[in-house]
Amino acid sequence: MENYLIAMGVSAGIYALMALGLNVIWGMAGLVNLGLVGFFAVGAYTSALLTTKLGLPILLGVVAGAGMGALVGVLVALITARLRGDYLAIVTLGFAEALRVIASNEVWLTNGTDGISGIPGPFRADLGPVGFNLFFLILVAALVTAVFFAFERLSYSPFGRVLRAIRDDDQVAAVAGKWVIAYKVQAFAIGCAALGLAGALYGHYTSYIAPEIFVPLLTLYIKLSLLAGGVGNNRGAVIGAVLVVAFLESTRFIIPLLPGLSAVQGAALREIIVSGALIVLLRFRTQGLVPEAHSHPLIPRQPGAAAKESPTHA
Amino acid sequence: MPLLEVRGVTRSFYGVHALNGVELSVEAGRITGLIGPNGAGKTTLFNCITGVVPPSTGRVVFDGEDITGWRPDRISTRGLVRTFQIARGCPRLTVRENLLLYGAHQPGEGVLTALLRTRAALAREEELQARAEAIAARLRLTQVLDNKASALSGGQKKLLEIGRALMTAPKLILLDEPCAGVNPSLTREIGERLREIVAEGISLLLIEHQMDTIARLCDHVIVMAEGRHLTEGTFAEVAANATVQEAYMGRPRWAS
Repeated sequence: MENYLIAMGVSAGIYALMALGLNVIWGMAGLVNLGLVGFFAVGAYTSALLTTKLGLPILLGVVAGAGMGALVGVLVALITARLRGDYLAIVTLGFAEALRVIASNEVWLTNGTDGISGIPGPFRADLGPVGFNLFFLILVAALVTAVFFAFERLSYSPFGRVLRAIRDDDQVAAVAGKWVIAYKVQAFAIGCAALGLAGALYGHYTSYIAPEIFVPLLTLYIKLSLLAGGVGNNRGAVIGAVLVVAFLESTRFIIPLLPGLSAVQGAALREIIVSGALIVLLRFRTQGLVPEAHSHPLIPRQPGAAAKESPTHA
Repeated sequence: MPLLEVRGVTRSFYGVHALNGVELSVEAGRITGLIGPNGAGKTTLFNCITGVVPPSTGRVVFDGEDITGWRPDRISTRGLVRTFQIARGCPRLTVRENLLLYGAHQPGEGVLTALLRTRAALAREEELQARAEAIAARLRLTQVLDNKASALSGGQKKLLEIGRALMTAPKLILLDEPCAGVNPSLTREIGERLREIVAEGISLLLIEHQMDTIARLCDHVIVMAEGRHLTEGTFAEVAANATVQEAYMGRPRWAS
């Protein structure tokens, strides 16, 4: 049971990394990205291939996975630079699906639908199953913490301010003197690096990846995590990811206890509950559990300080 | 030499000729009014000058430099900034953040400097904060500095448009109907603020439909109609001009 809980913890951490990445792209810059799982796959395959085929150290593989995620993010951002809203959603969704089809068919590189097995995990042999799980949980938790604080810095900075301005109105941001496309590309690069990092970690944790893992449903779970936690809030991204994983896993235990349901019906009921929860959430708490902060000052001002300095005009 | 020169600028949208070779110059140090009936191409001209929509043909020269086809951010950075007709702003940013956004030369807008929170970024932020607070005080926006821009009244949104333009330390501001939909007393107040801005050496080009505002504020008035420059002069001169009256009112039937 502890091992199961630890595995859920790792899973939640990987979801949290992805939700943090999505928060930069969508929460801060307002760019729709329904291809999250594609960037996750890029990171997973990059690191898995480098460590299994070329025998590179895991650390290098993970760094390369994040880097490749960022690089592909830059490419997708440049290709979609002039698209917005629904169109951007369709193209990014198609991108992730295309990647999955490529991974299934380019057998020489990806081993096709058989997937890549035997991906090394850090100190897997030395630590034993429980020890390895625990070590990986600590590793993922440390990375989530590091990424969280880095993204908080970005959020409370002039850079974050420009991204939020683009989210509201990119023409205004351009007139304000900001090179909008460069910022959109950077937002994609940063967010997709986090997605790639999550993918690389996933591969090294489970030791096996295959195209069937990288389905659009995962993208939706990440989006759900951020929506539930609070779009535009890093804290919300992490909390939402933990909640979604807890929710998905707990229903796994609860549904079989319901009388008169077959296994197939139970699985379907789980999806119904997830969708229902999303609808209820969007109806009653649009801003998520942890709403976006009112403002993001680099240098906080005491409330009312500005008002006192100047003569009052009621 | 004029501060802004527009030479033969055309712009069509799928066969609709919004601008048919506009020729005009804006002199430094004064308020120039740009008037004309609806559909004359005034806002399209603003879009072409500021790079929001590139012109199809023609040249735009600002402060001795050909800025035709430049990206809008480069044009703003060069000292030519515009406001929007419908106060747009960034509704989910606070008034303070809206003002700070328009500040130039903030190294913290780079990813690495933002991550490292460098001394230069913090120092520049202090300068911009001081500037934003001064501008807000001047525009009577101090009380609402930390409110969301979406929570402002219509008149305050218009003032914020002007404030944001001022943050860039511009040479020329293009104002697209700064008094549209504003009550008469605030219209007068906006007028006074614009006069102060010009007194500090910033030039203004102003689109406005309220003729009394144009008459009171503008040193020089340019009239556009059907995508062209029609005439120019003092307000009294253009108001007395028969072609201007015709452009606004149509040709009297008994005279044709």
